[in-house]
Order: sequence, then C-alpha cells, then structure tokens
Amino acid sequence: MKKQLVTCTINGKVRENYIDPRASLSDLLRGEEHLHSIKHGCDVGECGACTVVIDGETYNSCIYMAIWAEGKNITTLEGLSTLDGTISDIQQAFIDEGAIQCGFCTPGFIMSSLPIIESDEEFTRDEIKKQVSGNFCRCTGYDTIVTAIEKTHNKRKAERAKK
Amino acid sequence: MIVGKAVNRVDAEAKASGTAKYVADLVDRNALVAKVLHSTIANGTVLSFDLDEAYKVPGVVKIVTCFDVPDKQFPTPGHPWSTHKAHQDISDRKLLNTRVRFYGDDIAAVIAEDEIAATRALKLIKVEYEEYEPILTYEDAMKDGAMAIHEEKPNNVVVHSDYEMGNFDEAIKEEGLIKVEGTYETPIVSHCHIENAGSYAYMESGRIIVVSSTQIPHIIRRVISQALDCGMGKIRVIKPYIGGGFGNKQDALTEPLNAFLTSVVGGRCVKLFYTREETFVCTRTRHAMKFFIESYVRKDGTFAARKIKAYSTQGAYASHAHALVANAVNGFRMMYPVGAIKGDAYTVYTNLPTAGAMRAYGIPQIGFALEAHVDDICQKAGFDKVQFRRDNMMQVGFVDPFTTIACHSSGLDECITRGKEYVNWDQKIEEYKNQTGDIRRGVGMAVFCYKTGVYPIALETSAVRMVLNQDGSTQVQMGATEIGQGADTVFSQMAAETLGFTLDKVNLISTQDTDVTPYDTGAYASRQTYVSGMAVKKTALSLKKKICEFAGYMLNRDPSDLDIEDNNIVHVGTREKYLTTEEVAMEACYSLENSNHISAEETHHCSDNTYALGCCFAEVEVDIPMCSVKILKIINVHDSGKIINPQTARGQVHGGMSMGIGYGLYERLIIDPKTGKTNNDNLLDYKLMTVLDTPDLGYDFVEPEDPSGPYGNKALGEPPVIPVAPALRNAVYNATGVAVNAIPLHPQRLFEEFSKAGLIK
Repeated sequence: MKKQLVTCTINGKVRENYIDPRASLSDLLRGEEHLHSIKHGCDVGECGACTVVIDGETYNSCIYMAIWAEGKNITTLEGLSTLDGTISDIQQAFIDEGAIQCGFCTPGFIMSSLPIIESDEEFTRDEIKKQVSGNFCRCTGYDTIVTAIEKTHNKRKAERAKK
Repeated sequence: MIVGKAVNRVDAEAKASGTAKYVADLVDRNALVAKVLHSTIANGTVLSFDLDEAYKVPGVVKIVTCFDVPDKQFPTPGHPWSTHKAHQDISDRKLLNTRVRFYGDDIAAVIAEDEIAATRALKLIKVEYEEYEPILTYEDAMKDGAMAIHEEKPNNVVVHSDYEMGNFDEAIKEEGLIKVEGTYETPIVSHCHIENAGSYAYMESGRIIVVSSTQIPHIIRRVISQALDCGMGKIRVIKPYIGGGFGNKQDALTEPLNAFLTSVVGGRCVKLFYTREETFVCTRTRHAMKFFIESYVRKDGTFAARKIKAYSTQGAYASHAHALVANAVNGFRMMYPVGAIKGDAYTVYTNLPTAGAMRAYGIPQIGFALEAHVDDICQKAGFDKVQFRRDNMMQVGFVDPFTTIACHSSGLDECITRGKEYVNWDQKIEEYKNQTGDIRRGVGMAVFCYKTGVYPIALETSAVRMVLNQDGSTQVQMGATEIGQGADTVFSQMAAETLGFTLDKVNLISTQDTDVTPYDTGAYASRQTYVSGMAVKKTALSLKKKICEFAGYMLNRDPSDLDIEDNNIVHVGTREKYLTTEEVAMEACYSLENSNHISAEETHHCSDNTYALGCCFAEVEVDIPMCSVKILKIINVHDSGKIINPQTARGQVHGGMSMGIGYGLYERLIIDPKTGKTNNDNLLDYKLMTVLDTPDLGYDFVEPEDPSGPYGNKALGEPPVIPVAPALRNAVYNATGVAVNAIPLHPQRLFEEFSKAGLIK
C-alpha cells in the first residue's frame, strides 16, 4: 500500500515520516522513530503499555492510527528526560517508591500519570486510581505506583504554589 | 551491611527512562515475521492443507506445516534435565502437530516479509481435519473407553502417584474421632505477564541464536537441542530484560519452533511474537485441580489422620505434568504434620490449553483446599480457627518423612500474632457473630508453608563468575535470571556484602547469554536468592581471597591478615587501611613482574532446603443480594527469613497478594463446554486485577535468620500468592455462614451458593 507522509511533533521535534496508512501510531513511534518505551501488551487498547500523550491527553497508541497524528504534538516517555539525559521527578519517584518490577508497564503508567501530576486539582488516592485504571500491572499490586504518582503530584503542586 | 537495606533496584533507572531493552526492542527491523496457524478444533487429526491461496499473498516466504517438521517428540518444561531415564520429562509434542489435542494447537507456520502478509496468508490456509469429540474434563478423560489423547497414555492418565505415612486405617480406629470431609476445586487461570511470549532467531556460522523472553535460558538451549536433534553447542540462547513470567516462561514456548523456522530460510532472522490471545491459549495455564479431603481430628483439637485424593487437569500436553499435583499433595502433608496420612494424585490429559508452572507451583491450589478444609473442621468441631492452626502447624525440627526437608526456622507464630492484630481479629470475631441483613462482614485467615527451591526432588545447581576490573569494581555474570522480581538487585547486594565492596562497585550483567553466562537453571521455585545466592557468596569469597592474596604480595604481608572493607584492603583485626582495591586491581592487571587477571568462578551444588512460612488475614464485606465481596482490610505476614531488600520484598508481597485476590475472587479461563474454545482470551474478558480492584495491601515480615540460607534468607518470590484466596473464602464463610468450596468467588457462584443456603430466595 502507498505510504503517506505524516508530519507531527514528537518529544518537541518536528518529524516527517512516510508510513503505511494501516499502521498504528505505536508502529510509527517504535518502527520509524525507535522510541522503544512504547510497549505492546495486547495491540487492542486493553493493557495501556503503549500509552502516549497527544496534545495533552493520554491515548493507547496501538489503536490510534498513525495518519491521525498529522499536526499533533506527541510526548513519549523518552521526552520526559532532559536533553542531558536527566530523568524527570515522576520517573525518579517510580524508582524511589519501588514502583518498578519487570518494567514493561512502567512507561505507560508514567505517561498516564502526566495529566494528574500536571494538574492543580486535588486528587485523592481513589481518584488517582481511576485516572490510571486503563493500565495493567501484574507485578506490583499497584500500591507503590499510586504512591509514586500521589507524591509527585503533591510535590509539583507545592512547587507551583511557591512560584 | 548492604544486605538488609532497602536500596533502589539496580535496573530501575533503565526501566524508568525507557532505555531497558526487551526482546522486541532488539530485533532487526528487516527480520522476517512468523505466525502460527492454530487449530480450530480441540480433538482430531490434520488430514491435509491447501496452501495455494496463502502462497499467492505477496510477501509470503515459506509455509511450514505439521507434515514438514522433524518426526520427533520433545519435552518443554523448565526442569533441570535428569540423566536417569525414569525421571526425565515427558516428550509428547512436536514442533507442529498433526494430531490436534486442543483448540489452538500449533499445526502450521507462515514466514513472510511483514506482519500483514503473514496474517493474511494464515487466514487463507485451508485445513482438512478428521474431528473427534473434545474431552474437556478429567472425569470424561478417565472414563472407560475414553479416546486416548496421546497414544502413549491409553487411559489419559499422565501419571498416578500415591503415598502413605503411618497406618491410616489403624489410626482412624481411635475412639472419639471427629470425621470431616470436603471437596474443593480451583480454576484454570492465566499468568498475564504484560509482555507476551515471543522470540526471534537467526543463524551465524552454522549455529542458531535465539533471543527470547524466558526465565530459563540454559534450559531453553537444551530443549531446542532436543527438538532439533542437534548438539547443545550449536544453540545459543540470549535473554534480555523480560516483561514478567510468573512461571509461564519457565517452559519452552515459541523458542523451539522459532529455531526451526530460521533454519528453513537459510538462517535469516525470523521473529515469532505471540499475540495476547495466543499467550492466553497457546502458552501455559495454571492447573485446575479438584481435591477430596478426609480428616480425623481428636476432641483436643489435634489431627489423628488425614487423606487426600487429587485430580489435576493437565490439558493437551504434559509440560510440567505431575510435578504440580505431586507438590500439592506433598504440601498437604507438610503444613500440619500428622502420624497417619495418605495421598493419591492423578494428572490427566484433556483437550484443554496446556497447564504448566505458575507462581507457587500447585501450592495455591492445595493452599485453598487445605485452609478451607481447616476452617470447615473448626466450624464442625467447634475449635478456635487460629488456635487449631497453632496447635497443629509445623514447628522447628519437623522433617518431612518423604522429602526429608527440615524446618530450620519458623516465625509463623509471630506472623499470626501480627496478622491478628492488624485486623483486630478477636474483637471482630465477637462483633460479627449472629449477623442478619443483606450486608454482612467477616474475618478470615489462612497459613502456608513453601519449600525453597526443588532439592531433593530435582537438581539444584548454580554457577557464578566474577571478574575484577582495573578500577576495583567487578563484573558479575550469572545464569540466574532477573524477571522483574528483583534478582539482579539482591545478587548485587549479596556480592557487595561478601566482597567488602560498595554497591556501586558491583556491575551485575543482567543479560543471560548461554555462550557467556555460567550455568544456572533459572528463575523458578523461589530458588534464586537461596540457591544462586549461595553461589554468589561462594564466588565472592573466592574472588576476595584472590584479591587479598595479590594485596599480600604487594604489601609483603600474610594474606590471611587482610580483609576488604568499603573497597579498601584493611588489616583483619585493626581495620587499618593499606591499599584501595583499585590499586590492587591496577597492579594485578598491569604488573610487569606478576600480571594476574583476577577472576573467580564457582559452582554451588545445593543439597539443602528450608520452609518459608506465613499467613494472610482479611476482613470482608459481603453484599448478599449483589453477590459481591469487598475487601475491607487485608495483610500478608511472611517469614522468609532475613529480608535481603525490604523494598523489593514488599514488591513481591504486594504483587503476590494482588494475584491471590484475583485467584480468590475474579480470575478464570472460560472454556466453551462444547468446542473447547477459550472464550475469554483477552484482557477485557479475563478479569485481571485492575488498580481499582486492589484494596490497600498490608504487609509485614518476621525475620528469623535461617541457618541454611546464604544470608539467613528463605523463599519469597512465590509464597505471597498462596494464603490470600483461602483467607478470603474463610472470611466470606465467617460473614455469611456459607462455605464456598470452589474459587473464584464470582457473583454467579455466590448466587448459586447463597441460594442453596437460603440467603437468597
């Protein structure tokens, strides 16, 4: 099938890719951009391991057509580290809280947490759980993941309040 | 002391930043894509294929069918090979099978340039079958005249075993005994690691290299060599980071076929990644088991005799086969030692997805049955549920007469005390007496014991290599595998502890490569911190000795006067610092007089075992009309000996509890009773625990140092899953007075049970 040009911003850079119109965004991000933090656990939007942020909202990239990404602003886990490779506070919180085991669901969970930690709203633990309930983890029992998100949300809120 | 500290995982940053590479992240982008054609009948024989239309799909490179593969059966389970023929695993499957034995059996494979071509070609293959009636229960499989699923086992019984200790028939003649009988059933469930099964394979200089998501790289190499009938040296298996396994990847899954497929396309790289649906149906499951238990107890609350009959539903292929239910009926004997006991166990072929290893290997099944049964005994005889367990449970000094495994240490009594406190047991037992109404609450508990590794049933061996770098750090190479449980981190801590190095001077190579990493059987049986930990300790002591010897040469001192502390060579008594390990390593490497590349490699052949113990306490609220169970409070308290890393240990307990809650309340594979097709082979219809289903998870550790463990430690990886389901069942029993003897306690089952008991009219 004839490939199509898709121009979108990925982790702050404008990228042009010719891709099969049947391809998913995760195919584009993994196959063309080599962004391997996007994981495939089901390919049908059940597990959340391929979660990315598109224009501020979280999506399962495995069921988001690559051609829909035209003109969009996409962030993946790789985009959270600074250019010198320093990881972000939410990534550090996952490490410090012991929220990582096999690590396969970790990128998706961190991406699903972005709208929470970037929000000024209050989130109870139950509300955090609801926000990330589209992501599966079989290793951790979720407890430490919720704590990592909760702590980072509180920390960022406090930082924003100081400014 | 670095052992015992809650240090962050050594692999956490790679995983948090997305730089950790899993199998699919490493595969060459030009790799060919293989897809397996699975049977759409449960029982039959493939008569012929029509491949004409499939071959017309552009991009199809080759189609291999069950008529093209070597006529050789091989075993798949992740056991150390036995050189004694009688103890060898059962060889009962081929790379692709003409005789179809379950709905989803592997019958052909397409190799194509890309995934779309492979998938389209699969759909165009026409298959002609001779079809037989599916046999979907062990009862049907064992009926007289039932068709043999494997010709080698005409009655479909894979293995039957039994034991008797003491004289059961005499023991039950004792006067005044109370007899309690019960039948208990557990479901087929799925591991649900988030990374599906998958591998890729290619050839180099006549050798086959397979990169796979596996828990057992060295065993996979052996299985491939058996399947392809070639020397083990011709096979190289590489295991990078993997996205969970839980026992499913303690089995040869895609690897043997993948190795064959690269060989039929001139060694080109071929990838074979299973979908989620294939991972559910075509890999392995947890065995469904049914137990018939009979107990005789004295009025003083002690056991006089027990017996069990167990049936394990194997599915289509033997895989780990009888080892699971044998473990279960052995576990039945160990938790509550008794003078007279009988066990009888059958593993039975059926036309169902193949069951294999899953976290705690048969013990969650017997754990549910036995702990439900103990509550039934207490209810019938009027015993206190906690006291009865305390009076009968294994104590230090117990030696299982059959396996000879001894109880070297036990903190179980203290575990129970802490569990009771957490749920406020005594008060709740009083409070929840005589409830009426639709919403009722209850408390329940269960205990368990779990062996650490597989000795003496099978070989326990592990080797480690440590190489000293010029900067005084070490590379540690192990065949033992990190699968998410935190093995790399605790091994690093152990190596640092014994070497006298700081943790940053230990570089543990996470990737196993059978060409490089020394032999270890891999991640299973909660064996690695114990067995492989012993090998780490032995190797670290050997490396330390060599470093001290060279330092002694440099200092002109007796090496036995020297020790290593915080990367320094110190006096063994005064702790005076003489040299840094870096100075020793540099001189050893570059010395013009005495160059010596310091390394150590040791094998530890383990000939001991020990029991991890623990309990779960839970408080639930049951909505009778809605037939739902809500967990109000739950805690696991573990005696796993000395905890090497409290952070990773908590992770194991949390994850196991979550899996245990799913086992008790939600999870089961639903098989169509007519066709044998799995109806819920996806993460939406299979009720996997989400974050919203998970209550706050309490956990605690009692840490008696085990004298047999390398650092006082015992099994921890698997045990947390064991006591949860029975504790929940017993809590529902306490709340409603209804003893449900099968899991999961899903609404349909509760509706039936509550209706039978008259709670729902």
